[in-house]
Amino acid sequence: MKRITIEPVSRIEGHAKITIQLDDLGHVANTEFSVTQVRGFEKFTEGHPFYEMPGITARICGICPISHLLASAKACDAIMAVRIPPVARKLRELVHFAQIVQSHALSFFYLSAPDFLLGMDSDPASRNVLGVIAGHPELAREGIELRKFGLLIVEGLAQERVHPSWIVPGGVATPLSNATRDRILSELPAAKGIAERTLQFFKGALDQYKEEIEFFGSFPTMYAGMVDAKGNLQLYDGGLRFRSATGDVVEDYVPAEEYSNYIGEASLRESYLKAPFFKPIGYPGGVYRVGPLGRLNAASQCGTPKADAEFREFHQRFGTVAHSAFLYHYARLIEIVHALEKIETLLDDTRILETHTRATAGVNALEGVGMIEAPRGTLIHHYKVSEEGAITWANLIVATGHNNLAIGRSVQQVSEHFIDGTKLTEGMLNRVSAVVRAYDPCLSCSTHASGLLAMQIRLLDANGGVLDELMTD
Amino acid sequence: MPQKKISIRIDGELISALEGQTILQAAKANGKYIPTLCDLDGLTSVGACRICLVEVSGSERLFPACTTPIQEGMSVTTNSPKLTRYRRISVELLLIERNHVCAVCVSNGHCELQTMASALGIGTVGLAYNFPKLSIDMSHPRFVLDHNRCILCTRCVRVCAELEGAHMWELTSRGIHARIVSEMNEQWGKATSCTSCGKCVHACPTGALAEKGWAVEEMVKKIDAVTSLVHRRGAQV
Ligand code: SF4
Ligand code: FES
Repeated sequence: MKRITIEPVSRIEGHAKITIQLDDLGHVANTEFSVTQVRGFEKFTEGHPFYEMPGITARICGICPISHLLASAKACDAIMAVRIPPVARKLRELVHFAQIVQSHALSFFYLSAPDFLLGMDSDPASRNVLGVIAGHPELAREGIELRKFGLLIVEGLAQERVHPSWIVPGGVATPLSNATRDRILSELPAAKGIAERTLQFFKGALDQYKEEIEFFGSFPTMYAGMVDAKGNLQLYDGGLRFRSATGDVVEDYVPAEEYSNYIGEASLRESYLKAPFFKPIGYPGGVYRVGPLGRLNAASQCGTPKADAEFREFHQRFGTVAHSAFLYHYARLIEIVHALEKIETLLDDTRILETHTRATAGVNALEGVGMIEAPRGTLIHHYKVSEEGAITWANLIVATGHNNLAIGRSVQQVSEHFIDGTKLTEGMLNRVSAVVRAYDPCLSCSTHASGLLAMQIRLLDANGGVLDELMTD
Repeated sequence: MPQKKISIRIDGELISALEGQTILQAAKANGKYIPTLCDLDGLTSVGACRICLVEVSGSERLFPACTTPIQEGMSVTTNSPKLTRYRRISVELLLIERNHVCAVCVSNGHCELQTMASALGIGTVGLAYNFPKLSIDMSHPRFVLDHNRCILCTRCVRVCAELEGAHMWELTSRGIHARIVSEMNEQWGKATSCTSCGKCVHACPTGALAEKGWAVEEMVKKIDAVTSLVHRRGAQV
């Protein structure tokens, strides 16, 4: 029996390891996807003032700091039992949409475009963002521009690109200046142009990816995503909707504080990451997926005109419930269009310039839950505090956690379809990592620096001896 | 009675100072900078942090400028590679003793310890961190004490005793076990002698004492308000 192990070399926040078990004939017998993460976080925060949690969580999970800041600040708002000033909510939404744009652009253009544009089997030495720049300079330039646009907003609001301390319990620290608003508005048309061109390009190329669409994590599961009372896609605030694999809404508009009635958490032997499941169905049947695809499957529409046109076309092509993980890329592009429309609406309203941006209060509730749709999916922060405001208990459910089980299954499906252990090629294993990248899991954090998912791929015999080794970096 | 004037040299320059002044006071009065952490203008000096060490010619050992009285004819050096080395070690020892995680601290960007570390060019700390498990006292309705961030400078103790006159803070135990305690080891929120004036919070050089509710980087201390009060009112020593 041979074992193939795929393990990223560089790691910051955590890393994934993929083990592929071959039988004696060289066929895939079994696969295992596991994530190691910084643990003990809940323990670490015990005794700390609740209002320090946004800053702490943004640093500990440095993958998408703004998502953690927002979810944590919302949990703190709940502990303070305040309704934050209307402009604070708008500004939080603005920075959130900006982060969605930049995060999705990073995932699409930097991490996954090398696979689409250069080919799954192309030379790994140039199958990276530099290769894209060389081969498709126009598209690469646009990708860089789009990301910059998202960062422009984040910087303009939060003054600091990576870990802004601008999002605070009770609101945001400072108002939006007229100059920043005008600057963002002046660059918005270009960003919208890029988003639309990229989407057209991707749709035009879909026919080339028939095999990927069919075998990249294509299996029925439930989906979850936040919606408003009318079923519109919501990213900052709303209730959680669960849709079944066949398209029925099984649970709708679940408020943040009731999440634990619907989401159970299983601990997996092979992974440190907990595996959430839909409680009413149980484990492992209640596997659901979150993130861009989960959201577009869960929602009834986006609620903005351009994105809605794309939403309808998407579901016409792939059904009410689209099951292939390859379509995460497609969904991500639609969400960029949606986020840009939302940014425009927010900025066109002069109330965005109001200056009362923060509510203050002490501890008015001993428990608080904050839930948002992070770029990668539903993110939940749940805290309990003493009457003095010291954290006594904390629970975090991260986006990649929800998708944990589905990513594992996707790895299995791709491996079975593409891997032949008797003549292992780099391209085969690249497909395995590509399906992981489709979910844009936060374990690719290490790649956000280099623009690539670095892997160490090892083929082991039954006794653990290395038969073959491939490196991508 | 006018104090007697005496002459000393600081970094080679002849200056005249008042008898009874410390090296630090004489230096300050003559516009000379000596780095300090535990010292707070107008309060008694305790020589706790060892950042203000200076060289005095004729002696091999180093002297804390904040507690060493001047003497006629003394020649003081405030800056040398040796002094930088010792100051750096002093700050590094403070950094490893407790859990100073700047990135998540309310005082990040406004912290005297952090400023001192960067002024001394401390990028990475070579010594092993202690990682003690320390408590946070949140019992006061407006303020919080995080022992993780305390450097035992005792400024809070002195400002409370000498300026506010409440003497609510005290230092207990020795060495690595030393802790700031409020009112005979009572929880701060239960301390009857605390006037909730907040002077300790603003005198504290780090994020150890802070107002409740501030997010990371938001706690800016009003140190000038404390020192100007000391000068107007005079400390009760
Ligand atoms: S609490 Fe602050 S002022 Fe008091 S001893 Fe500690 S560091 Fe110094
Ligand atoms: S300032 Fe002199 S020992 Fe601290």
